[in-house]
Amino acid sequence: MKIAHDFAPAEALALMKPDGVTNLSRRGFLGVSAGALLIGALLPAGQARAQASEAIKPGTRIPAFLELRSDGTVRLLSPFVEGGQGIATGAAQIVGEELDVHPSRFAVECAPPGPDYAVINGLRMTGGSFSTRSSYMVFRQLGASLRDMLIRAAAARLDVPRAELDTDDGVVRHAASGRSIVYADLVAEALKLEPASEVALRDPSTFRYIRQPMDRLDVRDKSTGKAVYAIDQKVEGMLYAAVVHGEHFGTEPTAIANEAETLTMSGVHAVHRLPGAVAVTANSWFRARKAVEQLEVTWTAPKPTGLDTIAADFSSAGMLAALKASTDKGVPAETVGDADAAFASAARLIEADYDAPYLAHGQLEPPSALARFNEDGTLELWISNQMPELFQMYAAKTADVPVEKVIVHSPMLGGFFGRHFLYGSSSPFFQAILLAKETGKPVKVLWSREEEFKMDAARPLSFSRFSAALDKDGMPVAIKVRTVGEGPIGRWFSSVFKDPVDSSAVEGIVAKPYAIPNRSMEYVKVVHPVTIAFWRSVGHSMNDYFSESFFDEIAAAGDKDPYELRRVLLQDKPRHLHLLDVVATMSGGWKRGPYEVEGVKRARGVSMASPFGSETATIAEVSIEDGSVRVHNLWIAFDPGSIVNPRIVQSQVESAAALGLSATLHEELPYEGGVRQVSNYDTYTILSRDEMPKVHVEIVESGEPMGGVGEPGLPGVAPAVVNAVAALTGQRIRSLPLAKATFGA
Amino acid sequence: MIKLKINGTEREIDADEDTPLLWALRDEFDMTGTKFGCGVGLCGACTVHLDGVAVRGCQTAIGDVGASEVTTIEGIAGKAAEAVKAAWVDLQVPQCGYCQSGQIMSATALLTDNPKPSDDDIVTAMDGNACRCATYVRIHAAVKRASEMMEG
Repeated sequence: MKIAHDFAPAEALALMKPDGVTNLSRRGFLGVSAGALLIGALLPAGQARAQASEAIKPGTRIPAFLELRSDGTVRLLSPFVEGGQGIATGAAQIVGEELDVHPSRFAVECAPPGPDYAVINGLRMTGGSFSTRSSYMVFRQLGASLRDMLIRAAAARLDVPRAELDTDDGVVRHAASGRSIVYADLVAEALKLEPASEVALRDPSTFRYIRQPMDRLDVRDKSTGKAVYAIDQKVEGMLYAAVVHGEHFGTEPTAIANEAETLTMSGVHAVHRLPGAVAVTANSWFRARKAVEQLEVTWTAPKPTGLDTIAADFSSAGMLAALKASTDKGVPAETVGDADAAFASAARLIEADYDAPYLAHGQLEPPSALARFNEDGTLELWISNQMPELFQMYAAKTADVPVEKVIVHSPMLGGFFGRHFLYGSSSPFFQAILLAKETGKPVKVLWSREEEFKMDAARPLSFSRFSAALDKDGMPVAIKVRTVGEGPIGRWFSSVFKDPVDSSAVEGIVAKPYAIPNRSMEYVKVVHPVTIAFWRSVGHSMNDYFSESFFDEIAAAGDKDPYELRRVLLQDKPRHLHLLDVVATMSGGWKRGPYEVEGVKRARGVSMASPFGSETATIAEVSIEDGSVRVHNLWIAFDPGSIVNPRIVQSQVESAAALGLSATLHEELPYEGGVRQVSNYDTYTILSRDEMPKVHVEIVESGEPMGGVGEPGLPGVAPAVVNAVAALTGQRIRSLPLAKATFGA
Repeated sequence: MIKLKINGTEREIDADEDTPLLWALRDEFDMTGTKFGCGVGLCGACTVHLDGVAVRGCQTAIGDVGASEVTTIEGIAGKAAEAVKAAWVDLQVPQCGYCQSGQIMSATALLTDNPKPSDDDIVTAMDGNACRCATYVRIHAAVKRASEMMEG
């Protein structure tokens, strides 16, 4: 039986490797226009794959996506998982625009696994701030195609020329005769028609739903307790399971001293040994938890030392020291001009080391998974996930059933943030399958918050060494960066992305827009023993802090104003310059400070970032209160090219900014003695309501290709805040979170 | 057997007295609108009312409830509750939505007690309800909106 700890990183995404596709660049892969469709990438069974590749072009078969119901509502099966980002509403707006049905009458569900939904260049996932930009044209085409077929069906039934027909919010009308037919009455005939090879899309100047601040489809349910998450699932005859993992990650239970007594506890069904964990099944989760937490378990010992596992002496400080001490030669991540020559002839050199800690996702819904083996031989799963086909595949391996026998339900997520990819044993779904198999009953596994803080896959601790060369006028002529560590792309997607430079480790350091003529960025891969993860904005979450903060160090060394220096180095980049203008105007004109507000000194910092195909400029205003940083205002000018729902975009940017601020001020998942030093929200501090600043967002639609929305608000926050802190206190903070530092100002 | 009055209905539960109200609601009575977040009273996702007072369901043992009336997101009603739910929809407060039952329960308790709260009153009353999506700005505005609605 395939078990969680057999889930080796090297293999993890090997199954994601689509046949015949190698050496993609991430940029090319994630580019909407990339040509090759990697159809059926996630279908391991040869037959299914062949069938899928030959027969199904993702995003085209209308019945796989749309159901027109007789009550005038539309059921949309979405490739994407809703986790608060608003994709269900956005999808309804886009399809509804072309189909001509008001979005409020859509019911959007996450589709089951299947090749139809592999709309991201043949792959299906919800992540990378990629949903809307990857599916915008797919959804429009689907809506337009179905509308066209409905009109043709109506033309045939009414025996009138197609050109005499129009639609009006779910109805086909023949104005000349005053006749009309509702969509649902036409759909059977319409779907017998061949879809047109090309259908005219609506002229954007006539959009009624796209670009409008339409209500979210899920708000009413979420305001009345009716929204259903994975944790809320229940099926007949289900057992509840609670687990305790070894204190040291990767250790195994060897003996349970009080197993017999535990079995006599109220409601307890059984005690179980799992890979890396013990479990109790019971008739309620509280009873299961009470029982599992009083088990007297002996665990195997962790390795005493070393960085290949989380050894008994592993610490995040030791890991950071190892990254800093690495002398390995790096691979070039970006090379422009001749940095060495520029350094040799520079008037002044500066150097600085930056680091950022491991982070937890901290989504409020603790992980859970419900597994049921059905009498027909299928395995049915209700699981938090952002990649249904991947979970389906590993479920099949774990349960030893054919992949097509695995039914995956993907309920809405109580927090996203990158938590729900498959990171080895960081998901409880392996356990649910094993326990359902062992007990012969449906089992719902739920992790306590403490187990979640033990098992969550972490944003990698990161380190980069920066140096810059300035000319006699104080202008930067060269920059060098050495990034040492590992990113989640390299860990989990290495079979797809062969580039030795892990884009998720260096994004935010490379491809900055500034006209610094000589640049040399290198990447040294040093693998973490920690299970690492995508975390909202991924490499940008720390790297834009590093590079934009170091930018201000360059400005300071050259005696330049950091905002003005950015303008000078962006003079040939109108998109960026415009954002700098916008953010300055929003904040009442650039002023760095310090200045006084109500008798307290404040200062401001600025930053720019280019995450996920979007562009941001951010200004933060800070003061010092009781030795700690308080952020009063964040002004964010945000250019994602074009948008679908301005209200959802605004809330995503606000939310991302707040998470960025939370990480800037507080968040840290430290290890000491091989054990994580946090266990709940009292030790893993997150931004409090009282600390929430005013977040001012202005959306700029430059018309550039559509970029991401969910993550890009985050990366600019840390550098803007840290730059403001430097302006206010003179202290340049090169290691997050700020809670580690004390400030006198 | 322990008797509880939940949303106006007498219920019986065969469970230990130390069972948290949260788990009685979720696992025994299938009322899953009340959420589990941290289990130690830090996040507020499990907020319910005992005789109209906001309490943490994970920190309230069913043996301690006695004759107090339990109100959950499923049963919450009245002027303040209706105003709060309407304001939540009007201002499109939720994102992932997981914490919002608890937020609404805390907001309703606040407004029932204090129909015209100051900004500080709102922050203080809502401080125990965490939102990882950080919908705090809209929550604050929605509490004020609900307060206005209650006047009208």
